[in-house]
Amino acid sequence: MLRRFRLEEPESVAEVSELLGRFGDSAKIYAGGTELLLAMKEGLIHYERLINVKQLKDLGAVTEDNGSIKIGALCTHRQLETSTLLQEKLPSLVKLEQNVANVRVRQAGSIGGNLCFAEPHADPGTLLMALGAKMIAEKNSGKREIEAQDFFVDAYETSLQADELLTEIRVPKPGGNSRSAYLKFGYLERPSVGVAVALTLDGTTVNDVRIAVGCAGPAPKRVAEAEAILTGKGKDEAVALLQQAGAVAGRASEAISDLHGAQDYKEHIVGVLLKRAFNSIVG
Amino acid sequence: MSRSMTRPAQGQTIPMSFTLNGRVQEIDVEPNELLLDVVRDRLGLTGAKRSCDVQVCGACTLLVDGRPVSACTTLAFEVRGRSVMTIEGLADDGKLHPLQEAFIEHGGFQCGFCTPGMLLASKALLDENPNPTEEELKHFMHGNLCRCTGYKKIIESIMAAAQKMRASRA
Repeated sequence: MLRRFRLEEPESVAEVSELLGRFGDSAKIYAGGTELLLAMKEGLIHYERLINVKQLKDLGAVTEDNGSIKIGALCTHRQLETSTLLQEKLPSLVKLEQNVANVRVRQAGSIGGNLCFAEPHADPGTLLMALGAKMIAEKNSGKREIEAQDFFVDAYETSLQADELLTEIRVPKPGGNSRSAYLKFGYLERPSVGVAVALTLDGTTVNDVRIAVGCAGPAPKRVAEAEAILTGKGKDEAVALLQQAGAVAGRASEAISDLHGAQDYKEHIVGVLLKRAFNSIVG
Repeated sequence: MSRSMTRPAQGQTIPMSFTLNGRVQEIDVEPNELLLDVVRDRLGLTGAKRSCDVQVCGACTLLVDGRPVSACTTLAFEVRGRSVMTIEGLADDGKLHPLQEAFIEHGGFQCGFCTPGMLLASKALLDENPNPTEEELKHFMHGNLCRCTGYKKIIESIMAAAQKMRASRA
C-alpha cells in the first residue's frame, strides 16, 4: 500500500528544479521507481509530491561525441544492456547492466535513479568511478560536472544540491589499450561486494590503474593506495602484487558487518574479486 | 514553506486509457495506485499475484508493451496509452498459447501460484529470442521464483514451447 501523494509532471529541467526548490524535502524525483517505491511501500519514507521526470526530452539516449560516451540519466538498465554503442565502446558496463537485479527491474529502473538513490548495494556507481565518469547536474541556473568519485557522499546520500537534477553521465571514451572489468559477489538479492578495475595496457606495462570498491561499505569509493601499488608495473610484476593490492583495497573499502557478510569476510572478497577482475583484463 | 504546501494532497485523479488484453480500457486512477491493485481489485483480473512485493519473485509479472514488469511496484498511471497483457489475455479466443500447452504437457507447475508470471515472462523471452539456449533462458527467468522448486520442468516446458513455436513459424 502506498500512501497518497500528489504527482507533478514538469516538462523541462528548469521546471523540475523550480519544483524541487519550492517543495524541498516534501517532494522527490520519481523516474523508474524501482528503489523509491519499495521504500515508500514499506513506509520508510513518504513524500507529499513525486515529481515525474520521465517525460523530459533528451534524457533517454546513449550518444557519443569526440571525447565521451554520453548516457542520459533516464536510460533504463535494459536500454544500456542492449545499446550497440555501449556494446562496442564499454562492454564492461554492458555486462554489469545485464546482471543488475532481474529483467523486470532492468526494464523499469533508470541509471540516473540508481545513482541518485545511492543504495549502497548497487553496481553502476562503482564501475563508473573506475571509468572516470562525470555526472552532469542541472538546475534552472545552470549545470555543473561532478566527478563520479565525488558524487557519493554516504549511504543514500549524494553531492547533488536540493534543486539539482542528474541529467547525464559522461564516460571518457576508452582508448585502444584501455581495459575494464566489474565483478560482484553476493548470496542475497543484492551484491555483498563489487569491484571495478580500469587500466591501460601499454605493451606489457600496466598504466592508469583505477580501482573502485562498492557495496561493502556505505558508498562506493576509489582506492588510490591499491592503484599506486599496480600502476606503472610490468604485467607479471603487477600480477605478483595483486595479493598486496587486494589486501589494501579490502581495508580501504570501509566494509561494514551486516546481512550481506561480516567485515573481514567482505574485505577478503574485495581482494579475491580484484585479483579475478585484474587477471580477466590483463591476460 | 506555507501550510498549504505541506498539507497532504487529497484525491488527485488521473484519467487514463490503455489497452488491456487487446481491448481499450478507460479508468481514473490516483497517483499512488499500483498497477497490481488496479488490475486485481478494480478490474477483477486476479491471475497476477502479490507475493514478495519487492520485485524479486515475479508472481505479479505483467507485460507492458510486451516487456515484463512487476505490477506490485508499478504505478498504475504509468500504463497510460500503453498495452498491458495479463495472464487472462494469453490464450487466444479460448485456444491456449503454446507455452500454456507446454506447461500442461510437461508438468511445468505444481501449486500454480508462480505460473502466470512464469508464462508471461517466458512469452517475453521467446518474443525477443525465439531460440534461447538453456543458459539464456535461466538468465532471463532468474527473477521468477517457484517455491515448489519445479524449475526443471518449467525449463523443459519453455524449451518445448520454443521449439513448437519455431516449427509452426517455419
